[in-house]
Order: sequence, then C-alpha cells, then structure tokens
Amino acid sequence: MRYGPLIFLSAFFAMAASWFGFVLMPHVQIGFLQQTNTVPAGATYPLGRAGFAREGLDVYRANGCAACHTEQIGQTATVCDVVLEKAGTNETALLNAIHQVRTNLSALETKSLLEQLPQTVLQGLPKDKADEAAKILSVAGSKATSWIVPVGADIARGWGKRRTVADDFLYDYPVMLGSERIGPDLANIAARQPDPNWHLRHLYAPRLDVPGSPMPPFPFLFEKRKIEHRPSPDALSLPVELAPPPGYEIVPKLEAKALVAYLTSLQADAPLFVAPLSVAAPVETNAPAGDTNSTNSPATNAPAK
Amino acid sequence: MTAPLPSQPAPGAATGPWRHVPDAIDFSCRLPLLVLFLSSAIWLVIGSLGYLLASIKFHSPNFLASPAWLSYGRLQPAASNAVLYGGVVQAALGVVLWMLARLGETPAQRVSLTFGASLWNLGVTIGFLGILAGDTTGFATLEFPRYSVLFLMLGYLVMGVCGAIIFHGRQRRKTFVAQWFIFAALFWFPWIYSTAELLLMVFPVRGVDQAVIAWWYAENLLTVWFGLIGLATVFHFIARLLDRELHSQYLALLTFWLLILFGGWSGIPSTAPVPAWMPSISTVATVLMVVPLLAVAMNVHCTLSGRFAALKENGSLPFILLGAVSFLLAGAMKIVGVLCDVQQELVLTWFTSARTQLYLFGFVAMALSGAIYYILPRLVGTGVAAPKLVRLHFWLAAGGILFLIVPLAGAGIVECLGLQNAKLSFMDIFKSTLPFLRVSTMGYLLLLVANALFLLNLSRLVVQFYRERAAAALAVATEDLFKRAEAKA
Repeated sequence: MRYGPLIFLSAFFAMAASWFGFVLMPHVQIGFLQQTNTVPAGATYPLGRAGFAREGLDVYRANGCAACHTEQIGQTATVCDVVLEKAGTNETALLNAIHQVRTNLSALETKSLLEQLPQTVLQGLPKDKADEAAKILSVAGSKATSWIVPVGADIARGWGKRRTVADDFLYDYPVMLGSERIGPDLANIAARQPDPNWHLRHLYAPRLDVPGSPMPPFPFLFEKRKIEHRPSPDALSLPVELAPPPGYEIVPKLEAKALVAYLTSLQADAPLFVAPLSVAAPVETNAPAGDTNSTNSPATNAPAK
Repeated sequence: MTAPLPSQPAPGAATGPWRHVPDAIDFSCRLPLLVLFLSSAIWLVIGSLGYLLASIKFHSPNFLASPAWLSYGRLQPAASNAVLYGGVVQAALGVVLWMLARLGETPAQRVSLTFGASLWNLGVTIGFLGILAGDTTGFATLEFPRYSVLFLMLGYLVMGVCGAIIFHGRQRRKTFVAQWFIFAALFWFPWIYSTAELLLMVFPVRGVDQAVIAWWYAENLLTVWFGLIGLATVFHFIARLLDRELHSQYLALLTFWLLILFGGWSGIPSTAPVPAWMPSISTVATVLMVVPLLAVAMNVHCTLSGRFAALKENGSLPFILLGAVSFLLAGAMKIVGVLCDVQQELVLTWFTSARTQLYLFGFVAMALSGAIYYILPRLVGTGVAAPKLVRLHFWLAAGGILFLIVPLAGAGIVECLGLQNAKLSFMDIFKSTLPFLRVSTMGYLLLLVANALFLLNLSRLVVQFYRERAAAALAVATEDLFKRAEAKA
C-alpha cells in the first residue's frame, strides 16, 4: 500500500461523483423550484393541496398505496396537430389550401372535412411544419391553429394529458411516485374519477365497481355503527350482500375521507412551459387550470416541511 | 488474489494458500458473528414469510384484509425492509468483519461488535414494527420510520468503526482485493444513509428532489454497497474454496473502479418527472456497467475452469457460483431493460422487481449464505454443517429464485406489452399478468422453506457448540465440587 492515501482519495472521489451528480446537482436545479405559471393562461401553479387532502397524503403513505400505484406519466414526444376551427367565407380557396397541405386527399374527402368543425386536418407534425400548414389555411380566410399534443402510451391510455414534471409535486411531502403499476397510475385520477363517493365505495369494496379488481379492501378505514336518530349522510350505499345488518350503517372514518380528498386532488395536467400542451380556450377562462382540487383558496401554502 | 498466506508448518493442517488455523481470531469473532448470522437468518425467515403473505393476496384480495397492519401496502415494504436491513445487511456485515479479521490476521473487538449488532437488530425490530403500524416514511428502501434510524445508524457506526480499526491494525501490510472492496463499502454506507436520512427526514428537501435522493440512495445501496460486498465475497471465497488464487487481480481491480464510478448513477427511471439529463445519465451509466459485468464473468469463469468437480464436493461453492451467475443475470436484465424500445413502460412493471429480487435473493443472499456455511463451522470449531441439509438449502433456494424471477419477469413483459396497446383496458392487462403472479407465490414459499432451513442449519451448529461448552463447563465445575467433597472427606 505505497499509494494508500492516493488510492483512498481516488476511490473517495469516484464514489462521491454520484453524490455530486444526483444529490447536489438536482438540489441546485429542482430543490429550489418555485411556483410557476400555466402557459398561456398565466395562472399560478401548483397551488398545493388543501389541508384535508394533505392529511390524505399521510393516509396514502401510511397504508403503502404507492406499493401498487405510480404517479408518473411517461411521454415519448411532443407533436403538433393542425386544427381547423372556422371555415371562413371563401370555401374554394380553403379547399385548395387543404389540398395543398394534404395532397393525398381526394376532392370529396377534402370537402367532407369541412362538414364538422373544428376538425383536425393534420396530425403529428413538428412545430414548424404545423405552423406553416396553419398559415396556409389561414391565408385562405379560415381560422386554423396548430395544437401542441404530447404523445406516449400512457397518454393514449388516457392516464394523463402530458408527462408529469417536477412542478406537479412541489408541495408534497413525502413525494411518492411509486415504482410499480400493479394498479393504474393515479397522477390524474381526479380527472378520470372526480366523484368522492365512488372512491369511498371503491376503498370499502373494490370489486363492487371494478369487477375482478386485485385491490385489497380497506375495511379499517370505515366503521360500522348503529343508526341513531337518522342515517348519516356519509353512510355508504351498498348492495344487499355487502350491506350491514338493519339498523347499522357503514360510515367512512376521517382517514378515509382524507384519503379520498387526496385522491380527488390528483390532477397533473396544467399546461406548463416545461410540459406544453394546448387546451381548449373556454376551459381556461373559467378556472385556472392549476386549480385542480376545487379549492379556491389563495396560494398560501408554505413549502413542505 | 495477491500473495498466499505465509506458510506456518502445522502438523495435520491442509496446505495451500488458504489454510485455516483456528485461533484467537476465531475466538474474537465468534460472539458478534453468531449474533449477526443468526439474526440475519431469523429476519430472512420473517421477511420471506411477509413476502409470501403479501403474494397470497394476489390469489384472494380479501385474504387477511381486515387488520390494517396486514394490508398489502404495509406488509410488502415491511417484508422487503426485513430482508434488506435485517437479513442481507447483517449477513454482509458478519462476513465482511470475518474477512477483514481473517485477511488482516487481526482479532476483532468482541464486545463492541456484539453491542453494535444488537443495536442494529433493535433498530430493525423497531423499524419493522413501525412500518406495520403505519409509520413508514413513504420512500422506497428507506421505509423505516425516523425513530428507528438512530439505532441503525449507531449500530452501524460501532460495527463500521470496528471494521476500520481491524483493517488498520492488520498484520499483513499487503492487501487483498477483497479488502479494497470491503473498506470502500464500510465507508460508503454511512455516507449514503446519513445523506438520505438527513435530506429526507430531518431537513426535507423540496418536491421531486426527495424522490431523486431516494433513488440515488437505493441505487447506491443495491448496486454499489451490496455489489462491493457481494463481489468481495464471491472473489474471495471462490479462490479460498478452490484452494487457488483468483484468476486476475487486475480484472478484479477494474471491476472495483468501474463499480464505484458508475454504480451509483443508474437509479433514475426514464419516466421520472425530473429534468431529462438525469434519466439520460442513468441510462448511460447502466450501459457502461457492462464492462464490470464482463470482468466479473471472466474472472469467475477462469478461476473456476477445470475445477467444476469441486461444485459437487464443496457445500459452499454452489452458493457462491449461483451468486455470481445471478449478479451477471441481474446486471444483464438491467441493461436490456434500459436499452429496449419500450423501456418507459417496462421500468414500472414487475420486470424491475424481478431484477431486484434476483439481485438480492440470488446474488447477495446466496453468496453470503455460502460464505456463512464456510465461516460458521470454523468459528465454533466443529465439522461442516450437515452436508445434506446444506445441499437441500441450496436446491430449495435455487428453485425458489427460479420460480420467483421467471414468472415476475414474464409478468413484467406481458404487462409492458399490454400497456403499449391503449385499447386494452388496464384491468385486462392485469388479468393477463395474474397467472404469473400466482406462480411466483410458489417461489416465495420455496424461499421461505429455504430460509427456515438456513436458520435450522445455523442454529444446530450453534446449539451443538454451546451444549458442548456447557457440558465442559459443568464438568469442570463439578470436578471442582467433587475435589472439594473428597478433600472434606
């Protein structure tokens, strides 16, 4: 061991390299991430989860939901579609223009395109090509725009509109992205299934609404109690074979309600600069896209502790 | 490896480079190593029982659904942590300390090591119960709650410092390659563990940064730490058991440098919601690991070549060899996993856990079991553990690994292909993986039996040793008594 100290130092730096790369650098880059704005609406994003949903995150953690569910949407590419929104007045010019951008269409097919608007004229183009095509159509007097569309197997499945990004989990602690899809991805479960009562029933008896579901029931999140004066409004409506004996009702405990509040807050589909996508205009004007958990509270959420 | 041990002619002792003379070193190691090995075997049984119960839930989701602490989401992480920290880490520490003491020809710190091992076990017990009680941290491979970490950290530090002192006080100045591997590993665990615990539990960082640190930790623990210790065990014991030297010390050194350089980088999955450079670097690092894999394959093959008959004679050697083969297979699975076109879907399926289980049960646990079967009889000074039971343990474990890995990998591939087709509902995809998952229950069952047999084999030796000692002590004590009685008379 003549070169003992030298070898020790080299080994030390070799091992520390991954520390610099995957602890220090990510901390510099995403450890100080701040709220951002949706594009182009400019709403603040993310707003952080409401207090009850944040308690639900704890129930999600304690019961190891992340052992079977991921919260990450993959995306293979971002492409552009050209959408024709209004035909304008000069139909001949428009037909010519459409023919110009889609040379393989017959005259009849081109005409049938105009029957129902808005209509996607071209799909899966790079941005410059799509803008060019949209311009050709616009010159013919129509209103055509190029839409940004993320693509990938998860998105085709309807699990999300875009890939998940670091911003989506800014205020969560712990961040549980999961590693295995034994159950479906939950990154956008609130968009797919916004009904809290559905979730409560699903937690109590998963196979009720999803036949053959491998999800274990969570009876310990509910209590069976005697109906005092009148039935509780929270009581689950269950079919006869699962219903409690007469005079009793199944009521979700606070944990179950919190968990459902968390689940119905999971929606990561706001259009962001780092994960662009086009959304229909009317949706933008009513509620900010980032406001996913149906709370209109201002962004007072402190960073996760 | 480097030079053979200096030959001290002793009558009756075997000759050759790895001659073993029981002495003060064995005595100093005995108590702490018995604690580490036995508790490791116990935790392996507990962990594989937990895995088995969790797996049965795929046959019937209502099985043991009612008590919260037996729900899948708690049982599964508890089982994996029991196997990881209770089982393989303890076995690894025991084997490592023995190798340091033996190769350096230095006695170990008997009392401190036993104290450290007890602290570690206390931490694992508290952590295990904590997960079942719902106090998991939510970070994969770091699920033990914060209140158990202090015991684990202190326990490790005691054992790690002892290990460093043993290494420092070595009688033979020239070092073996295995000692490099071990020395690096001794330092690396406290670094990664304290980094992860501090940044995730004590001063939590923001958002996805947490996930990145958890991935970094898991990868460093599995690939670098277990890689270093597992390979040190494989290299050292293949040579020792065959009574020859390792084929190439330089290849082993190459493995060492590349493993510590690339090993820690490969943990970020390609779906991760992080800036794209991180998964990209991970992919590159994973592919670069092909070089150390090839180096290990060559080294093991060439050391073993011409001596395959020894596999039948020696009880430990099949374990070590299965460990080496599993290491190569798991590495190959990982490289194929990141290189294929559908890697974005594949990474979140059962394929990943098949690889992890192959690595843990196949590589680390097997290599260490083989080493323990060599070490323990020498510590207690008896013959080899019942060779037939050892052989049975090997075949049960090998069968368990086969019945576990093949179905899980199959389930992963089926799930990945299904996820490509958006028209297929997720429920249908899951149903197509279900037969595979049900076969894998068989694998967990076999592993449970194998681990129980391991515990039985170890405890038989230990019980035999202490019974003999008790008998001897009794004889001495009573002899004294008789003498006194005679003197009185």
